[in-house]
Amino acid sequence: MSRPDLVTVTPARSAPPPQSRRTGRIPVALLLPAALGLVFLVLPLAGLLIRTPWSTLPQRLTEPGVLTALRLSVQAATLATLLCLVLGVPLAWLLARIDFPGRRLVRALVTVPLVLPPVVGGVALLLVFGRRGILGGWLDSAFGFTLPFTTAGVVLAEAFVAMPFLVIAVEGALRGADVRYEEAAATLGAGRWTTFTHVTLPLVAPGIAAGAVLCWARALGEFGATITFAGNFPGRTQTMPLAVYLALETDLEAAIVLSLVLLTVSVAILASLRDRWLGSS
Amino acid sequence: MTARRLALSAAMMMVALTGCGSGETTDQRPQGGAVTGAVTVFAAASLTESFTRIGEDFETANPGARVTFSFAGSSALAHQINQGAPADVFASASPANMTTVVDAGNGDGNPSVFVRNQLVIAVPDGNPGRVSGLADLTPPDVKVALCAEQVPCGAAAVKALDAAGTELIPVTLEQDVKAALSKVRLDEVDAALVYRSDVRAADEEVDGIEFPESAGAVNDYPIVVLKNAPNGSAARAFVEHVLSGPGQAVLAAAGFQAP
Amino acid sequence: MTGDPNCPGVDPSPPGDPSPGPAVLDAHLVVDRGTFRLDLPLTIRPGEVVALLGPNGAGKTTALRALAGLLSLTGGHLSLAGRHLDHPGRRIWTPTEQRPIGVVFQDYLLFPHLTALDNVAFGPRRQGLDRQRARQRAADWLTRVGLAEQARRRPRHLSGGQAQRVALARALAVEPALLLLDEPLAALDARTRLDTRAQLQRHLADHPGATLLVTHDLIDAVVLADRLVVIEQGRVVQMGDVATVTAQPRTDYVARLVGLNLHRGRADGHRVLLAGGLHLVTGDRHEGEVLVAFAPSAVALHSVRPDGSPNSWPATITGVHRHGDNLRVQLDGPVTVAADVTPGAAAQLRPAPGRTLWAAVEAAETRVYPASAVPTG
Repeated sequence: MSRPDLVTVTPARSAPPPQSRRTGRIPVALLLPAALGLVFLVLPLAGLLIRTPWSTLPQRLTEPGVLTALRLSVQAATLATLLCLVLGVPLAWLLARIDFPGRRLVRALVTVPLVLPPVVGGVALLLVFGRRGILGGWLDSAFGFTLPFTTAGVVLAEAFVAMPFLVIAVEGALRGADVRYEEAAATLGAGRWTTFTHVTLPLVAPGIAAGAVLCWARALGEFGATITFAGNFPGRTQTMPLAVYLALETDLEAAIVLSLVLLTVSVAILASLRDRWLGSS
Repeated sequence: MTARRLALSAAMMMVALTGCGSGETTDQRPQGGAVTGAVTVFAAASLTESFTRIGEDFETANPGARVTFSFAGSSALAHQINQGAPADVFASASPANMTTVVDAGNGDGNPSVFVRNQLVIAVPDGNPGRVSGLADLTPPDVKVALCAEQVPCGAAAVKALDAAGTELIPVTLEQDVKAALSKVRLDEVDAALVYRSDVRAADEEVDGIEFPESAGAVNDYPIVVLKNAPNGSAARAFVEHVLSGPGQAVLAAAGFQAP
Repeated sequence: MTGDPNCPGVDPSPPGDPSPGPAVLDAHLVVDRGTFRLDLPLTIRPGEVVALLGPNGAGKTTALRALAGLLSLTGGHLSLAGRHLDHPGRRIWTPTEQRPIGVVFQDYLLFPHLTALDNVAFGPRRQGLDRQRARQRAADWLTRVGLAEQARRRPRHLSGGQAQRVALARALAVEPALLLLDEPLAALDARTRLDTRAQLQRHLADHPGATLLVTHDLIDAVVLADRLVVIEQGRVVQMGDVATVTAQPRTDYVARLVGLNLHRGRADGHRVLLAGGLHLVTGDRHEGEVLVAFAPSAVALHSVRPDGSPNSWPATITGVHRHGDNLRVQLDGPVTVAADVTPGAAAQLRPAPGRTLWAAVEAAETRVYPASAVPTG
């Protein structure tokens, strides 16, 4: 039997990915706004560096309040990120994978903390988790436990403001991931939970990492919701942004030093994580 | 609930202001001649209600003038002025922030203290904890909000507590007096040390408890015409109005003390 | 050898299966999706490989997904190894992960974050084997497909042929009652496909369960399958052993697939009147509605009317292209046919579109078989 060329349809084999053509010319229409954008983002940092009191820097850095606030900031932002991961990844999965009525509304609600002024977010949290709040009142009467003015309150406020960043990033990653891998897992006997933990999560790990990094960075810089909901007390609820804000009231140079510390630590952590998690791509 | 009450009181204030304005308009003639043009006043946040009222009165007395306010924390305003913000008048809630402006050479003449403010203990409406003095705030289960030491009300609180010899560990050091007060309004703390004028402005939701040690921590409010004022003559007229009888009356009604 | 013609859709267990023995897969797949309806009776015996052929959109993938439980039946039934997996009429439904199946997907879908070994061990782990034993079984399977040395590699470091074999090992490692292959060779280049096809044939021969191969490549079907099922627009148009289907196509699609000219006509003894009005003298003797098939290589072309040939007609060339070592000439006329000519003959004929020639076919080169038994959709 001859090969039936009459009908043989060559399977649509996807063309090899086009090699990125490294032409020498970068369009000016892109390069110019890109350069301006970078300058716009970096100039304020330069402004801080120019006004930094370098001669008194070592002495200012060793002031006890600085380290305390820094430690609290990093701890609270990390805990807030963990909380966001535990709650936000399943939420993102629900939004990306399950077609339920009102999904559009839920997706819009997830972004509420993004548009809500953080101070308003803090007041809203007080109305729910505060001593007289809907849930907080019950917590207080049942367990004698109140969230405002505690480190847990800082974590809660930061998680509230930062969670949308994680959910949006992870949902995008989940939508981009090929669901057929999940089908393949099912044909191999994996139930939904196993598929989620063994296939889906590893597949979207880069997206989760990116979302977690954004979430952590947002939590680290959080000010309005934190000071409104958790108040400001050194060692317990005073994070770096709060310390910076109060330093601004009296001592501009101290505020600059604190800002610089926050920036340095966060950039260092983000850069190292980026290399480890997201690869060099 | 709180928001509605706030909106309600704001609306009532508007009614009061407009009613007052229309009642007094007709036969008041400007006294010092032609005060015209725009006056921009940078004023401490705690002056919001009283200065708004004073501004209306000033415009009524000087039909050619328009007063624009920028209310914010005194230190933020001081920074803005020293960075060249186009303001005519600066009214500060603390001498320290005024010093910042004057030392930078931005004051025209010497500042004058136009009002003083005194700390009171703000407690929820009806004083459920039966607070009568600073000593009632020291038990560990009593939650107290103070202002951070970096802001004037916090510095005053430290002074008052020192004067009383009271050891008090607050649950929070708020960034400004309004934030401290709002913690009382939301019932998150049992008490806060705030200015009497702030309590007066939130009359329906909080009670102010006077305490003797506050006399040692009275806060002066200085006002000055700025050197680079775009409208210097109107600025001077406004400051005069604040220091005048009608201006002082408005401030006294808002809970401030005369200097 | 003639296939036993049957009428799918009437009898849920098609009698197209000539061999005895209990079927491991016994299914009548009915899936309604908008205007499309799949209606496919299907039985497969243990060890048997059935190829499901059909043009794009015929419902091949729908059938595979229904068998795998990736979509549910709207009618009919599906039982596998004695278990009822899907029976809408009786409200029976078994999710994919509880079905004794293995699937090799068209682009394999190897988990990119796992090594070849862990990809293959994934199924055994889900079956409750501990990590070590699952890996041992996976290593055994990789050895069987000749990839023991690639066990530690991740999918992106495997060639196309290697990935295909890992996918096969992964599907077989769960020891499925039904192995489903979705265009398993389509993603490979021609050379790799040849090797991989030969290996695949060996592994399928060893597989004790049923195998369904979904393809639109006749070569794959012919080499790998014992039996063919051809569907068009959701319906079976032909089924039977490979020899019968390739010798006696029943639809234009199958005829094109097997590379034959196919015409419908009315037979009266050795004479057949084709639909286009042409009379053909045939070797076989029949009465009534028939199908006439002949190979393109059986069609001879002449520049003048050939003498002594009863089966000749004037034909206009509509297209010429290369076909293997020959030229394939598409002809229009009383009937539309394809003819293969050797390069030597082509040099004399100078075939060019628009030119009119004489086409002729020997009576002995034609095959005539009844059209009445054609299951029509």
